[in-house]
Amino acid sequence: MSVEVRSREQDGVTVVELEGEITSVTSAELQRRILPLIGGAGTTVIDLGRVPYISSAGLRTLLLVHRRAARSKTATVLVGLSEEVRFVMSSTGFLDFFDVRESTAAVLGGVREA
Amino acid sequence: MSPERIDAYPTRAIAGYGVRAGNPLPFGATAVPGGINFSVYSDRATRMWLVLFRPGEAEPAAELEFPAEFRIGSVFAMTVFGLDPETVEYGFRADGPFDPAHGDRFDPSRVLTDPYARTIAGRDVWGAEPDRDRLCPYRSRLVPDDFDWGDDAPPGIPTEDLVVYELHVRGFTCHPSSGVSAPGTYAGLREKIPYLRELGVNCVELMPVFEFDEHDNPRTDPVTGEPLLDYWGYNTVGFFAPKAGYAATGRFGMQADEFKSLVKDLHTAGIEVVLDVVFNHTAEGNEQGPTLSFRGLDNATYYMLTPDGDYYNFSGTGNTVNCNHPVVRDFVLNCLRHWVAQYHVDGFRFDLAAILDRAPDGTPLANPPLLEQLAHDPVLRHCKLIAEAWDAAGLYEVGSFPSYGRFAEWNGKYRDAVRRFLKGDPATVGELATRIVGSPDLYTGRGTAASVNFVTAHDGFTLHDLVTYNDKHNEANGEAGRDGANDNHSWNCGAEGPTDDPEILRLRTRQMKNALALLLTSHGVPMLLAGDEMARTQRGNNNTYCQDNELSWLDWSLLDANAGLHRFVRSLIAFRHAHPVLRSAAHPTCGVSWHGVRAGEPDWSAGCRLLAVTFAQGDERIHLAANAHWEAHELELPAPAPGTSWHLVADTSAEPPHDINPPTAETTLAVPDRYRIGPRSTVILLARPTT
Repeated sequence: MSVEVRSREQDGVTVVELEGEITSVTSAELQRRILPLIGGAGTTVIDLGRVPYISSAGLRTLLLVHRRAARSKTATVLVGLSEEVRFVMSSTGFLDFFDVRESTAAVLGGVREA
Repeated sequence: MSPERIDAYPTRAIAGYGVRAGNPLPFGATAVPGGINFSVYSDRATRMWLVLFRPGEAEPAAELEFPAEFRIGSVFAMTVFGLDPETVEYGFRADGPFDPAHGDRFDPSRVLTDPYARTIAGRDVWGAEPDRDRLCPYRSRLVPDDFDWGDDAPPGIPTEDLVVYELHVRGFTCHPSSGVSAPGTYAGLREKIPYLRELGVNCVELMPVFEFDEHDNPRTDPVTGEPLLDYWGYNTVGFFAPKAGYAATGRFGMQADEFKSLVKDLHTAGIEVVLDVVFNHTAEGNEQGPTLSFRGLDNATYYMLTPDGDYYNFSGTGNTVNCNHPVVRDFVLNCLRHWVAQYHVDGFRFDLAAILDRAPDGTPLANPPLLEQLAHDPVLRHCKLIAEAWDAAGLYEVGSFPSYGRFAEWNGKYRDAVRRFLKGDPATVGELATRIVGSPDLYTGRGTAASVNFVTAHDGFTLHDLVTYNDKHNEANGEAGRDGANDNHSWNCGAEGPTDDPEILRLRTRQMKNALALLLTSHGVPMLLAGDEMARTQRGNNNTYCQDNELSWLDWSLLDANAGLHRFVRSLIAFRHAHPVLRSAAHPTCGVSWHGVRAGEPDWSAGCRLLAVTFAQGDERIHLAANAHWEAHELELPAPAPGTSWHLVADTSAEPPHDINPPTAETTLAVPDRYRIGPRSTVILLARPTT
């Protein structure tokens, strides 16, 4: 079991699409693959549209990525949260740590305005 | 970069798993590099197995017997490699003598819950039908301990400045009217923090949140025949585990994070968290009860036993935890430290705490080692420690609980004195006076903060029901009305139960306000029962331990229906916070003057039902007059300090909004030195500079 990681540059923003469940089983590999993608651009969008479930370890991995990014002055934005993922993140307080938007387009729009 | 640990490798294999001798401390399961360390104490076990489960599977994935050489002292310890701390579930199987007369009740057919389990799988969703045949119904799990607390710090509010609010996590938001996204959960309560802030309380006391089994109640609804749940949860299954069924994310095993997030946000709002903890008994019950954990691991250590090996029952629930046994003392201490260190809670309220000072044979100890240890423990040093200073076997220690300068008490005498005064009982004025200045008869030397004052608590009538029912109405509990207290000191104001008589309804509202006015101006720590500020009813049931329904759940539509009462409480709390003279840590002495109808002439006679008192500190003066008489009286007021005059803060006989004036909006009196106090009314005056 693993999480698919696809990344692209778009309008100066790094967009990282994830697919699969983020759990203790998939977290270490995910972290290893996602960290090198972060830090190049001013903003990294993490698209969770194809992530049906994030476990406790998974939430920690996301937060760790967010913190590492912040250290290299990169903002991370989460998009595409399913209702279930948003509910879990909200109930456990993890949502408070992140900048969450509806979609990648919303982020790019925001960047253009700025 | 430190080198890898040199013991992160197995020395042998058991049941296909790499293992090595573990560390006996800490107890329970701890993630270590490459694996998990398991440690369990049993003095009398001859053999011990670690039983591993995969989530959702009925049968164990593996059983690993602890080799004899993995035992240090009476602790079985083993590190198992290659396990995933996020998903592994486990239990222990212990073998040893079955000889109840000598205290041993080993049963190797059972897979036991780790007493130190950090979370428990098995009761993940509240009320879900249990599988009673399942091997090890409550399976132990680990918890990641790296929650991001940010800069969270305990609010550290001086005890005498607290306004405590006792609530049931599920009942607080379970009602559809709560409007929260996850009703009945920690997350739901978190959404209600703005409400708590606005009300002005600065401490929530949560009824039991340690894992328990809500299905652990043999009774059924006498009307429907449906099983009644154990809604309150005073039957602990896991002392280190937050109740999963109270978490919106319990089905994902994330109850620890959810609870921590609640505590963090309460702290941000300036609200402390006190847990109601139950160390007097466990869910294993008496001889007929199930073997779940303690009993199968070391019955004679964990329980108080009679010389014949039967269970002492000082708790009234079948067994009694052997709190002053050295091993159990450590267990309790480790547990409380865990909740302070890992969950940042600010204090504890000890259920039936008199049991905590009994010796293993049940004798009350003058210097109980457990309490001394808790009082001086470095980690617990600044926690609020509150004792329910009695037990179910007649040991009543209100005023005499061994406090070591640290323990406060639920002041049951305050409750009874205020109730009896308010209903108009004769010969109550003298005791009322003692109670509202912080019960110096009970707590001299310990200060006012030793007295947690309350009129209502989860146990007993709500405030609304206290003024609506003369008698308890507990038929719905399925015990033919035998359960629950009979000495409620309640008065229905003229009709039993609901009525549309406007006179009675007005009187009931006034009586509720009278109780609240006394409570929030008394010295000591006031404790409110959640929902009393909006007149929550339990329809006369004074023991709703098994009522997981609208009888117990807070109906938030009452907030609109009783907006006046809510405003009254909110304003009173603000008044208390604004006036330190009501909150002195020491018992007030020279700053108190007593009055009756005439200033300076209190009437302590049995027939008197009126008491007035002036609290003074520096230039501050507050005058409180309580009239439990059914007639009005012309009060002569004492002279306030020069240059000041009395202003009206509250008069419970007035209709909202005139019943209470917000801070700085207190009104002048028509006649400066007199005030007409209505029948069964309470008046609060404040001396302010004359304008």
